[in-house]
Amino acid sequence: MFPNPFDYYAPETCDDVYALLHEHGYDAKVIAGGQSLLPMMKLRLAAPEVLVDVNNVADLRTMAVSDTGLRLGALTRHAEMERAQWPDYPLLSATAGHIADPIVRNRGTMGGSLAHADPAADWGAALLALDARVTLADAARSREVRLDDFFVDTFTTVLEPTELLTAIVIPAPPRESRPFGQYLKLERKVGDFAVVGVAVTASLDDAGRVVTAGIGLASVGPRPLKAQAAEALLVGQTLSPAVIREAAEAASQAADPVSDRRGSAEYKRTMVRVFVERGLAKIQADWELVNRASA
Amino acid sequence: MDNGKRQSVTVRVQINGETREAAVESRTLLAYFIRDTLGLTGTHVGCDTTSCGACTVLLDGVPVKSCTVLAVQAHGHQLETVEGLEQDGKLHPLQQAFWDNHGLQCGFCTPGMLMTALALVRQEPLADEETIRRAISGNLCRCTGYMNIVKAIRQAGRTVAQTQEV
Repeated sequence: MFPNPFDYYAPETCDDVYALLHEHGYDAKVIAGGQSLLPMMKLRLAAPEVLVDVNNVADLRTMAVSDTGLRLGALTRHAEMERAQWPDYPLLSATAGHIADPIVRNRGTMGGSLAHADPAADWGAALLALDARVTLADAARSREVRLDDFFVDTFTTVLEPTELLTAIVIPAPPRESRPFGQYLKLERKVGDFAVVGVAVTASLDDAGRVVTAGIGLASVGPRPLKAQAAEALLVGQTLSPAVIREAAEAASQAADPVSDRRGSAEYKRTMVRVFVERGLAKIQADWELVNRASA
Repeated sequence: MDNGKRQSVTVRVQINGETREAAVESRTLLAYFIRDTLGLTGTHVGCDTTSCGACTVLLDGVPVKSCTVLAVQAHGHQLETVEGLEQDGKLHPLQQAFWDNHGLQCGFCTPGMLMTALALVRQEPLADEETIRRAISGNLCRCTGYMNIVKAIRQAGRTVAQTQEV
């Protein structure tokens, strides 16, 4: 299998990328890791006239940790996140290890995954849970967009054809709290897309109260979903079994799954509830472990 | 379809230590460049859909599925394929270990399996079974049930750790 013919450009600066996107507009497609785009091009589901390869743009590889958060260049590979040891962002490595398989993770990028906007992708759910923002830029301007406002529909985002997703910005967890994160994924076989994916994160204070909480859902809607009502239920609470059950139920109501060959809508909705419950229970157990150790 | 501006691209790679160069269509996939253009048919194309891992090669030392990388994306980079393992008529410790442990039956997945294993034993020669199984989870074998592959990679890792020959 091979793609339709295309013109290939491999610019080395963002400005050159912007110029190419400006020149070719809808005919151009940006390729980063290519682990979703190339399979689609081989199946002729995508047939761009022009391919703009951003792998040589050094500015897209930068990674910066500060007091306010984490800024990851769009070219950050899944494997880099899997290996990352950032105690403040445990959900990142927890999620990365579930994406596709180790060889795909060596190549696929976070920015590419988000721009591709597959509703089943794991990063969408995890980064929604983390309240991430993305930086979108073209020659004229750069704007930061909340990820929840970035995703529009299946394979559709607010990214303009002339714009490049350059970075992902993740806010730091609040001070005086400890962040926890769990990614739970139901898949038919290793490396498959999620039947249901659930990202759960929470920052707990010394008393075990939730300071911030995030719940993101993959594969149960036309786009990755943020279970906001469930998140709100958790804030200020300790993770008692009753609170966990209530939040899990609310998250399952936020899901909007369809029945397909991977499972019925009812099954998927139930699995969201089960996974949120398991994720939060694990976070509570992890918190108790840490607290006991430091007591 | 051809609008007259589909350029051919020059791809120059260092493959198994040797510099090779060819002009190909920009849409040429790395697996086909290696097999058809460079004539190195040790790298196999299995599923051609980024699932099976038979086409795994090392790009700058990192395993990638060469059916899902454009040849032009490897321009100026280092490639390693199964042909580079044997040196001076002597099997690489990984090849020897696959032989000793019957780590292959039909052999179709073997080139990809070996290259993934090569990256692992370089990085972590004494990896435990769980780490090995995780590392090869993107390489499918339909014959062996993986037991002997895992055994082979452990043996090779021990050999490499002892001799630093990798």
